[in-house]
Amino acid sequence: MPDRYDVVIIGGGPGGYVAAIRAAQLGLKTACIESRGTLGGTCLNIGCIPSKALLQSSHKFAEVDNDLAEHGVSVGGIALDLRAMMDRKDKVVTTLTRGVEFLFRKNKIGWLKGKGRIAAPGRVVVTGPDGASQEIEATSIIIATGSESTPLPGIDIDEKRVVSSTGALTLDPVPNRLVVIGGGYIGLELGSVWQRLGAKVTVVELLDHIVPNMDRELGTALQRVLARSGMEFKLGVKVAGVQQGREELTLDLGDAERQTLPADVVLVSVGRRPYTDGLGLEAVGIALDEHGRVVVDDGFATNIPGIYAIGDVIRGPMLEHKAAEEGVALAERLAGQKTSVDYDAIPAVIYTWPEVASVGKTEEELKAAAIPYRIGKFPFTANPRARTNGYTEGFVKILAESETDRVLGVHIIGPDAGTLIAEAVLAKEFGASAEDIARTCHAHPTLNEALKEAALAVDGRAIHI
Amino acid sequence: MAAEIKVPSLGESVTEATVAKWLKRPGEAVAIDEPIAELETDKITLEVYAPAAGTLAEILADEGANVPVGAVLGRIAEGAAAAISPHPPIADATGPPLSRIAGEGAERSEAGEGKLAALERSGPAVRKLIEESGLDASRLVPTGPGGRISRADVIAARAPVPVPPPPVPIAGEREVRVRMTRLRRRIAERLKAAQNTAAMLTTFNEVDMSEAIALRERYREGFEKKHGVRLGFMSTFVKAAIAALKELPVVNAEIDGDDIVYKNHYDIGVAVGTEQGLVVPVVRGADRMSFAEIEKTITALARKARDGKLTIEDLSGGTFTITNGGVYGSLMSTPILNPPQSGILGMHKIERRPVAAGEKIEIRPMMYVALSYDHRIVDGREAVTFLVRIKECVEEPSRLLFDM
Repeated sequence: MPDRYDVVIIGGGPGGYVAAIRAAQLGLKTACIESRGTLGGTCLNIGCIPSKALLQSSHKFAEVDNDLAEHGVSVGGIALDLRAMMDRKDKVVTTLTRGVEFLFRKNKIGWLKGKGRIAAPGRVVVTGPDGASQEIEATSIIIATGSESTPLPGIDIDEKRVVSSTGALTLDPVPNRLVVIGGGYIGLELGSVWQRLGAKVTVVELLDHIVPNMDRELGTALQRVLARSGMEFKLGVKVAGVQQGREELTLDLGDAERQTLPADVVLVSVGRRPYTDGLGLEAVGIALDEHGRVVVDDGFATNIPGIYAIGDVIRGPMLEHKAAEEGVALAERLAGQKTSVDYDAIPAVIYTWPEVASVGKTEEELKAAAIPYRIGKFPFTANPRARTNGYTEGFVKILAESETDRVLGVHIIGPDAGTLIAEAVLAKEFGASAEDIARTCHAHPTLNEALKEAALAVDGRAIHI
Repeated sequence: MAAEIKVPSLGESVTEATVAKWLKRPGEAVAIDEPIAELETDKITLEVYAPAAGTLAEILADEGANVPVGAVLGRIAEGAAAAISPHPPIADATGPPLSRIAGEGAERSEAGEGKLAALERSGPAVRKLIEESGLDASRLVPTGPGGRISRADVIAARAPVPVPPPPVPIAGEREVRVRMTRLRRRIAERLKAAQNTAAMLTTFNEVDMSEAIALRERYREGFEKKHGVRLGFMSTFVKAAIAALKELPVVNAEIDGDDIVYKNHYDIGVAVGTEQGLVVPVVRGADRMSFAEIEKTITALARKARDGKLTIEDLSGGTFTITNGGVYGSLMSTPILNPPQSGILGMHKIERRPVAAGEKIEIRPMMYVALSYDHRIVDGREAVTFLVRIKECVEEPSRLLFDM
């Protein structure tokens, strides 16, 4: 008799493992299939977590070099120990993935090591690393296999000199010249890491602006700050190919002048695509859309009864917290509850310095939808805490519906923007008006006061500017 | 300009109501569609909503007055004063004030927020709870800041409506005289009318519940997990009754003048005791429903009954009734017909009793069942056969599966 589960989840990333824990909490017999050898998926192993560890470490390095003197702290003999930095990053990753393993044991979730293939509705074949396979039965199957880096045609990734985001986490030594293809958040974050550690970084982007999904004003501001710190941008430029020389790489740029660009390392970060290889989706007849994403309804059900999908393999932004929300919502729905995900209240953060964070509609989206809005903006230069900290770059921008004052979008570029945005997400979940934020007492002196002031500014009555 | 508050249409065969309560006082601001008065009819209590925004100018029918459909209850002086929000923050001495700072901004926010549905501004936890409770958000009374629905508001709306305790005789008083509610008077009238009209008598039988109990035990957990509703015996009895009604259609028929009207639809009334009295909401088209759908429908109707939210439609048009005196511990009883229906099934308490099983005496969970019927059209043979069919189906629920 094959093992029988209420829920079997294929993929142990943030969508899958969170769905597994929630399903187990609700009393469903749950198993999770993961082939990586560690749980946590892209995010914990080769994504958000290691990149944030390196961003933090490299920020400290840069801080010593650039900022401490201003505070009256002089430090001599600064040196980079790249090996120690990488070891620390690996330790952070190990601690967190082990933490997920502990949570699985605590919740009595079966971790089936290997690759999952859907043989038929209700039946999954797991092939282990040793090639042995077993078949299990499940009332509900959840596809949570995530995404992978999108390759660029004609450019081979060797993860040494031509790297994806994965290889960019383990470069050694620090390259002299790093060219980043793609001006999205992954390229900018990893580019920032290596720039702070000494690389000359050039970002080549096909569009005429970076971070395409963000509010344009923030994108422009971010580009300005990064350019000031030495990052170079070539916008509206296509990369036609990469020539591998013995000493260096040469990028052929597809612009009118047929320019070339020398580099020691090239990072290809042009986006991510759903990962569904070997899942057996065609055999079962699961519908995919034109981008290769699994088609699901509002309840995450695919066209085949009993098979569901969440996270990067379905529509919506490819974000850890979006996948996790979907995992919880789906697990609760399978247990008979009526949970739904509010896609208009999912924050997005870019962990550069300054950080960029955003929730809800951008100004461009509101214009396109012809929704009348009012803007409230407040710069961190006028925020006392930012002053005392010595980081005054950036501003808060709140977009509120003209008629109702309801908060439609909040966009922050500045110190700790990723943490500050939480207040705005909560406001959005509660359909708050800008005035609700404005009339909520904010502790002084904090960076959050900038949100309150921006909310006041929607009504033209910011106090401190 | 004044708008008249009229007694709304109360559904078929209901022509008048009693004003139970005014929810607003003259001079008080009202928003359009805000509940302003409660009416009591023979069947239900219903709310009257403001036809316009403004101020309640005058009350023309006091509490306790009988009013026909279409009568004018009162008038609303239309004005801008209360047109802003369905839940004006005024007159709320206990709640937190909406605006802590006076000024033009505060006024703007009230105007603005009023235009957003309270539901959208009430956060994800409340939205989920409302969805799962099946409540109509627009009927909830928000008490949160700025007219938001709080979790407590939803929980309160799900809870049974508190009923004033029956008057306790004051020491020294020999008796207390209380006017019957309209619902109680109507129950009294109809029960007596049924006895006066029908040639009513009752046949009994007993049912061995062993198998039904075993089935329920086996599927209880899975059923509840899958369907989100408890598996009770009611669905089994409803299904058994429908099987018997199909076999003996006269029990599902009614007398209309000199005709007998046979019905090919099976709308089963389920008697529910509430604090206010007995009501019989109807599970419509029960023959086309699954067990789970029947259980869900009964649960939803019982909740509505407890909350006093039944509509006229919920109560009218049943073809047969089931009443369960067992919930109060009754071992045997003779239910009274719910006219113009011709049959009513009485379920009772399940009691472990010694019964002869073959040559042995065994202790079995037994239930007496009673069928009261109108002997004018239902013959004794039909009534007895009907009840035997129900007995067989409940004792062997698999018969329901094979239509045996």
